[in-house]
Parts: sequence; C-alpha cells; structure tokens
Amino acid sequence: MMKDLRFRDRAKAEELARLIARLAPEEPVKLVHVCGTHEVTITEFGLRSLLPPQVEILEGPGCPVCVTPVKHIDEAVALAEQGHIVATFGDMARVPGTHQSLEDARSAGADVRIVYSVADAVELARKTDREVVFFAVGFETTAPTVAAAMLDGVPENFSLLVSHKLIPPAMAALVQGEHDISGFLAPGHVSTIIGMEPYKIFPERFGVPVVIGGFEPLDILYSIALLLRQLRKGEPKVENAYTRAVRPEGNLKAQAILAEVFEVTDHYWRGMGPIPGSGLKLREEFAAHDARERFGLEVESNEALHPGCRCAQVITAKARPDQCPLFQKACTPRTPYGPCMVGEEGMCHIWARYGGRPKL
Amino acid sequence: MTIKQDERITLLHGAGGQLMGELLARLLKRFTKTSVGGGLGLKELDDGAVIPLLGKNLVFTTDSHVVQPLFFPGGDIGRLAVAGTVNDLAVMGAQPLALSCGLVIPEGFPISELERILESMDRALEEAGAALITGDTKVLGHGELEGLIINTAGLGLAERVVTDAGLRAGDKILVTGTIGDHGMALLAHREGLGFETTLESDVAPINRLIARALEAGGEGITAMKDPTRGGLAACLNEMARKAGVGIMVHEGAIPMREEVRGLGELLGINPLEIANEGKAVIGVAPERAEAVLEALRSHPQGLRAALIGEATADYPGKVILVTEVGGKRFLENPIGDPVPRIC
Repeated sequence: MMKDLRFRDRAKAEELARLIARLAPEEPVKLVHVCGTHEVTITEFGLRSLLPPQVEILEGPGCPVCVTPVKHIDEAVALAEQGHIVATFGDMARVPGTHQSLEDARSAGADVRIVYSVADAVELARKTDREVVFFAVGFETTAPTVAAAMLDGVPENFSLLVSHKLIPPAMAALVQGEHDISGFLAPGHVSTIIGMEPYKIFPERFGVPVVIGGFEPLDILYSIALLLRQLRKGEPKVENAYTRAVRPEGNLKAQAILAEVFEVTDHYWRGMGPIPGSGLKLREEFAAHDARERFGLEVESNEALHPGCRCAQVITAKARPDQCPLFQKACTPRTPYGPCMVGEEGMCHIWARYGGRPKL
Repeated sequence: MTIKQDERITLLHGAGGQLMGELLARLLKRFTKTSVGGGLGLKELDDGAVIPLLGKNLVFTTDSHVVQPLFFPGGDIGRLAVAGTVNDLAVMGAQPLALSCGLVIPEGFPISELERILESMDRALEEAGAALITGDTKVLGHGELEGLIINTAGLGLAERVVTDAGLRAGDKILVTGTIGDHGMALLAHREGLGFETTLESDVAPINRLIARALEAGGEGITAMKDPTRGGLAACLNEMARKAGVGIMVHEGAIPMREEVRGLGELLGINPLEIANEGKAVIGVAPERAEAVLEALRSHPQGLRAALIGEATADYPGKVILVTEVGGKRFLENPIGDPVPRIC
C-alpha cells in the first residue's frame, strides 16, 4: 500500500545532496523537467533547499491542462452549448476560455461531466442516447488509454475532442535558438511509453544532457547528480535513471496502438505558440468519432494571457512562480489568473499548495 | 480572465481554511461591541473568549457539530460535541465548569439513537469533570435537515489565560499525541476502506491532560491551540501569524499512526490538513519543554506527545516544514477541506 520508503531515506538523500554539491560547476546551472509529478515531489519534499544555490530546477511545459490552447477550450464550451454532454477532467473544466470555462458553461445549464478516465466517458455514452464528447487532454501517458478505447470500439454517439500533445517536440522548442538550459530531467511516465530514442536529438543536436528520472525524492536527486556529472564531463547523452520502469525501447505495444489511432500533427501550445509535429489527431478511419469533423466547429479564440500573468515564462522555464507579481497575491488556487495556477500539475498551483519557494 | 469571486456561501467557507478566514473577517465587522471588561473577544478569534471577573478569568466558547455519520469508529456526535467545547476551554488555560446543549433534530429521528448520543455526552462530561446545566431542543420537518445538529457552549475558569498568539522566537512546539486520527478515521469509515478495525477517532476531552502540562510548565507555557478543522497545518499557520514568529517543524518528529500515514498516501490527502479532536499544540519556553513533555507523557492521553519544532525569528507568519528527506518548504494553510462534515 505504501510507497517504497527506501526511496525516501534521509541519510541517502543527504549523501546525494553532498554529491550534487561536489559535482555542481561554479556557474549557474538551469535544469528543466517537464512533468507535474516531478514538480510535486521536488516541492513537497523541499528538494530545492538541498541543492547548491547555483543549481536551479524548473518545470517547463509539463502540465497538460496549462498548455491546452484556448481554442480547444472554446471548442469544448461550444459543444456543451450545442447541448452535447462534454466529459472532461476536473481541473480542465476550470480553465477559462475566451468567454467562459466549461465550469461556467455548466453553471449556465450545459451538461459538463467530470470523469477520471476515458473509460468513464465511454460508459456514459453507452447509457444515453445523447452525444457524448470526451475532451482528450494529456501527453504520451494518457493518449494510449484513449487509443485503446477507440480500438476496443466505442458507441456511435461517442466522439473525441482531441488535444493530446507530445513532450519531446515541446522540449525541442525550448532549446531551439538561444537558451540557457543546461540539462533535461525527462519524465519517467512518458518515457515508459516512448523509451529513450526520442530524446537523442538533445545531446546530439543541441548538446543538452538528458536523464530519465523516477518520482521518489531519491530518484530525482540521483537524476540531478547524473545530469551534473554529464555536464562536468562535457559528454552529453541520454541516461536512464528509472530502469525499474523504463525500457530503452519503451512500450512498443502502446506505441503501436497510438500510431494506429492517431497521426502526428502541428499543435498550438499555450504560452509557447505553434510547435511543429507536437500534437495528435485522429486518423481518417476514426473521422466519424472526431468531434471537430462531426459537429463542424468554428470558434473565434483569444489566446492572450491575463496582463501581468507570467504563465508563459513559467511554462517555458524562464521564470519561477514567485517571480510573478500576482503569485499568491491576486492569483491563488481559488482565484487563478493563469492556467499554471488552475492546472493541478501547473508549477504555480503546486507551489501554492505545497509551499514551494526557490530556497529555504 | 479572473475567475469571479462568488458572492454566495460555499462549502469552502466552512472549511477552516483561507476562505473561511476571509469570510469571518468580513462578518466580524458587523458587530460593534465584541469584548467585555478588556478581555479577549470576537476580534482575537481565539478558541474562546475571556471575561475578567473578580480576579479570575471566565472563559466562554461555543461550537456547533454536524458530523456525518453520527456514530463513527472511536466516538459519536455527542462525545464530539462535549470534547470540542471542553478542549476549546482547555487550550485557553481553563478548567471546564459547565456546558449548554442545543439540539436541532429532524422529524423522524429515532429517540433511542438520541438517547445513545446523550448518554455518550454524559460519559464525556464525566471524563472532563463538567456539568450540563442548560439546553434547548428544536425539531425540523422532513427534508429541512439531514442528520442532527448539536451546539454546545461552555464556561470555564482560568487562573492564567493562555492564548494562541503568545509564541516567542525560541519557544519549543509540542503536540500531545498522534496527528490526523479523527479525519482519517472518518474518511476510512465513510469510504468503506476496511480500516475501521485499526483506525479510530481520537475524540476526547483533554482538559485533564492539559492541566498536567500547565502544572509542569507554569508561566513557561506561552501558547496553546487545538488542531481541529484544517488540522496541524492550519493550527500552526494561525499561531505563527498571530504571534508574528516563524515556526519550523520536523516532519519526522510529528507522531503519526502508520495507518494514517498510509491512508493519506493512498488517497492523496495530507494528514497534516485534517482534523484532530483530542489533541493540542503547546508552545513552551525552551527551559520548560522537557518538563512539560514528561508531564504529558505521564498521562494516558499523552503517551505519544512529542517535541516537533520551534518558533523562529525568521520567516514571521510562515511555517517551515523540514521534510523526511531533510528538504525544507513552507507548510501552507490548507486551501480547502479535504474531508467535509467531520466535526
């Protein structure tokens, strides 16, 4: 029942902290992870306070809810307003669109249901004659479950509003052109699906080291030590520090299912803009279950963030939440200004909830 | 794209978190005279009010109880209604004298259950050494009320009043026992998770335990509070904020049952954010800390009392948690209520 406490041993954590201090160069090091679960562990266990002052670790575009474009939210709201049942994850419902959030639409009478998985939404469709649209958000970890549901067969009245995104192209967008990123802590869960191969471009083309890390405090400290060792040696490569879950080739079956149902397309990322080959869309064969094809959506969207909100900088690892003047003042989990405070995997939300600060 | 402030009462307004604090601050402005004879009053928002009287301190408090279900592992709404009020008096430094009982009962409620609840109240009063001396009963029609509401008010006498605002930098922070029991027991019971046999609420009057601490600590006891709604996290934040000190607590030193810790992990609920109904947080001058800890541990209700941290001059108003791996972070005031209707 309990997580394995071996990965939380204090003496080992202190030992790793000393190793990190020894390996850290004198100049500033900016490490970037791209995963809400990594941020929760780093913040909840206060790992930043165990790092030397020149070593900083930030969350990049690791929160699927945060990077979902306003256009997709507007489409979901439009579908709900057309009278269809829109099923979505809880925090997605709260992200404001151009005019309203799904939650606002629900207060105004639309039928918006909070579900925990695509299976719940399919089940919902089986029990009604009405149209059920599942707002499919998430990275390589959630997309295969949606693909599997499609291959299992879904009822005629079920369709998808696909907003699935791919992590490596977003990481690549961060290091294209001028940047100050010293290394990537790659997401363990995504890597169980995609394996090590997609990260090879980072050392090979951009000279940026990558370490795939697990989610316990010691996993993360160990991964940071490996990144610093690569930097010290000047030999960037892709290392796997999460071998108990990640195979070099990834999960071939999940990859095959994904490829069977979805094809890669260009996607717009909130706070980042359009990124080539960074999203998924349903293949031709599934067009009947593609909400965009089926209901012919036309929305006018405004992707601008609230003035003063620094979510775009937080998503691109250019700012910490506490560097935003709104953080924990006007902008709190109850009164969020930007998607990084709404999304439960957003860095601002996690810092507000778990008392995150750069160093204590 | 600010989300509009809701102008109606939501469940979060009663959750003991930030939102409730904001609501209270707003509502309190409606009252003009809020204290008597220079004693502590409504503005201090302490666990009880104080009326200085004939060289003594009369302490007065009230609390309404709405727990669901009415009977739960380790207690029931009756025991809770007595313990809640007695403990509010106790953490002000008072010994309880008398309680009142206001019952709001739905039509159709079994009288035998009501009797069981009142008998349980009586046993708790006996443990506390207090009397029930006045009361009121109302019955509401079908559909007007779900469950039962018990309001109790309590009077106690204190030689020396201890507030929740008196911490000074350097004071040690003690808790009188394991944290998170009440909230997790209720949650496990409601969700039918099969922890009922091992996990019980800690609901109990702890005035005798606190009397022992006061005896051992004397003037060295600088602040007390019971970590009910919002749990230890809300309690420590309030004590730090009111005293203008920081508090540093060590996660590894906080006494916690394994079942509570495990269930918290499983459900993603932080045991530091859920209610306790038989515990107190005590601030003690460093030179008296050992004596108070020893006194607490000599009482059956304080066997697992522990020193969990200290007040600091740094980070006034904030609580710093030293995590189990040695990292540090702020322990924030809980945003909402992970488990509603448990007190």
